Amino acid sequence: MTAEVGSEHDPLVKVEDLRVHFPIGRGRDKTAVRAVDGVSLEVHRGETLGLVGESGCGKSTTGLALLRLVEPTAGTVTFDGVDLATLSRRELRRWRRRAAMIFQDPYASLDPRVPVGETVGEALDIHDLHQGKRERSARIAELLERVGLHPDVVDRYPHEFSGGQRQRLGIARALACEPEFLVCDEPIAALDVSIQAQVMNLLAELQSELGLTYLFIAHDLAAVQHVSDRIAVMYLGRVVELADRTRIYRDPQHPYTRALLSAIPVPDPPRERRRVRVPLPGDVPSPTDPPSGCRFRTRCPEVFEACGRILPALQQVGAGGRAACLLHGELGDPVERSPHPDAGRGTTTGSHVAEIDPG
Amino acid sequence: MNDDRPEDEARPDEAPGDGVGGLERPTGEHRPRWRETLGIVLANKLAAFGLVVLVVLILTAIFADLVAPYAINAQDLTRRFEPPSLQHLFGTDEFGRDLFSRVVFGSRVSLQVGAVAVSISLALGTFIGLISGYRRGWLDTVLMRTMDVLFSFPVVLLAIALVAVLGPSLRNTMLAVGIVFTPIFARVVRGSALSVSQDLHVRAARSLGASDLRIVFRHVLPNVAAPVIVQTSLSLAFAILIEAALSFVGVGVQPPEPAWGLMLSDAQRYRTQGWWLSVFPGLAIFLTVMAFNLVGDGLRDALDPQQRSVIESRGAGGDA
Repeated sequence: MTAEVGSEHDPLVKVEDLRVHFPIGRGRDKTAVRAVDGVSLEVHRGETLGLVGESGCGKSTTGLALLRLVEPTAGTVTFDGVDLATLSRRELRRWRRRAAMIFQDPYASLDPRVPVGETVGEALDIHDLHQGKRERSARIAELLERVGLHPDVVDRYPHEFSGGQRQRLGIARALACEPEFLVCDEPIAALDVSIQAQVMNLLAELQSELGLTYLFIAHDLAAVQHVSDRIAVMYLGRVVELADRTRIYRDPQHPYTRALLSAIPVPDPPRERRRVRVPLPGDVPSPTDPPSGCRFRTRCPEVFEACGRILPALQQVGAGGRAACLLHGELGDPVERSPHPDAGRGTTTGSHVAEIDPG
Repeated sequence: MNDDRPEDEARPDEAPGDGVGGLERPTGEHRPRWRETLGIVLANKLAAFGLVVLVVLILTAIFADLVAPYAINAQDLTRRFEPPSLQHLFGTDEFGRDLFSRVVFGSRVSLQVGAVAVSISLALGTFIGLISGYRRGWLDTVLMRTMDVLFSFPVVLLAIALVAVLGPSLRNTMLAVGIVFTPIFARVVRGSALSVSQDLHVRAARSLGASDLRIVFRHVLPNVAAPVIVQTSLSLAFAILIEAALSFVGVGVQPPEPAWGLMLSDAQRYRTQGWWLSVFPGLAIFLTVMAFNLVGDGLRDALDPQQRSVIESRGAGGDA
């Protein structure tokens, strides 16, 4: 077991005001895609946090920034009490043992020139997790069996495997270094429906056996409904609602969450006929030039005057839930104060009015 | 999308029988990649022909002492300019030396220049290209602009200039050709490295904690190998051609070494004395260069997945 730095009640991962801006253009046209623009959330030990949002809302980038696979522009990521930004390159590489990622595309995420046994065993070599060849191959065989693959496939190449089998190889690779935290970036989105359940069940089994903590990224609420303990909904680079799973489905507090929920078909004809869809007008605005104030106001059915003035903060709404919507009280940053918050690399947490601890 | 999925993709859940305790393995037979590649190269008749010529050529060079009936410089001034006969298959030259023996020994010079020169450019170019493509940024700019400067000179002209500075000899010819070819390899490697280092599997390796060194050697280099192998084969042909050209104009290999370019140069001086003086060394150069080119083309077809699927579908259509 690794040393416990934080106490049991501290979140394993704590993200504060994370921003990832990708610069584009040069000279006078220089601007930035604000892929992630002020995300705060925390993942507790042993739980699954679902991260949901439509394409381009920054959910994958959030996952990558959490693991420092892209450099955050601002904000902090704290893992087990340690601010990842304070780690040196070497320390960061060593830290990677504790957190792994499962990628969306099982075709592109395996090196086509490396036999799958080597791919699965790579983490063992990197982190010196074996004594001698025999132990190494035994461990690789064990990992392959754990994900339901025959151990004698070690010499084969990725192109010989089917999509579901490749995703399981990806999972075996992620498990090799016995991580505590797994970022699952839409791990089943690229798979046939028939295999999706297999992979989901495998992930659930592994979680209960190994006590893993998951950040589970998906593009719709239906996909994370059954696996998540809590769910965060993202829109245009920001978390708009973060609540327990049951709470999100029964009593959504943000108009965007309500719209997303209304899009899920109900497997019960009478109720399905009664389902009222909340149509959202227009398209998602460009993350290069997001609307002032609330990002969702251009499409929100309940927009009112204050929405353009104030960038709503995540605020406690009832028990066990937070939402960033001014309908629940005008709490947030006035627009004039934060036109370009990425001026400095330091955190801007201080300017946030609402910083509520759910404990 | 490149669709190289195995056929079982459509029914991935079945996989009955061969699993132990419900464990799966891919259906379909396990075939090593290099054998697949070799199969495709050999299926291409021209490439197969090129490969045969190369094998013969290499064996000739290795066993030149056994193949050649006369010593390289054995002169017989009573038998100058004899036309091809059973004694002298390719005739004799101005010193009465056996032309066949000299062409046979010339294969050593050509292959040696090709191999050494291309090895130099391969090593240098791959190194520069990998750094450039993986690191990007200002280092990439500096390295690639330097390569562009080298690249902007006509190849033969640059080689002549380098040899002029270094002094004409076999060793300097190899060095010059090696330097001249470096930018070609650097560019090929950089282009591939640039795209491979963006691949998801590289990010996956980084997420495991792999160091840059490990990523470059384990994940980037093997994935840029295909275009490099093709380029190597084509460059060998070109290197031999340049050596011949340098030797022909007198700044390459020096007499009395039996280089094909040198023989052509002599033949030009005595062109009224006999056709065989130029035809046989010329033929040797032609065959060697062509063989390397054919094999290079065959390799390109075999190693380039897009080309590969085209060839396979064509092959399937032809059988019907």
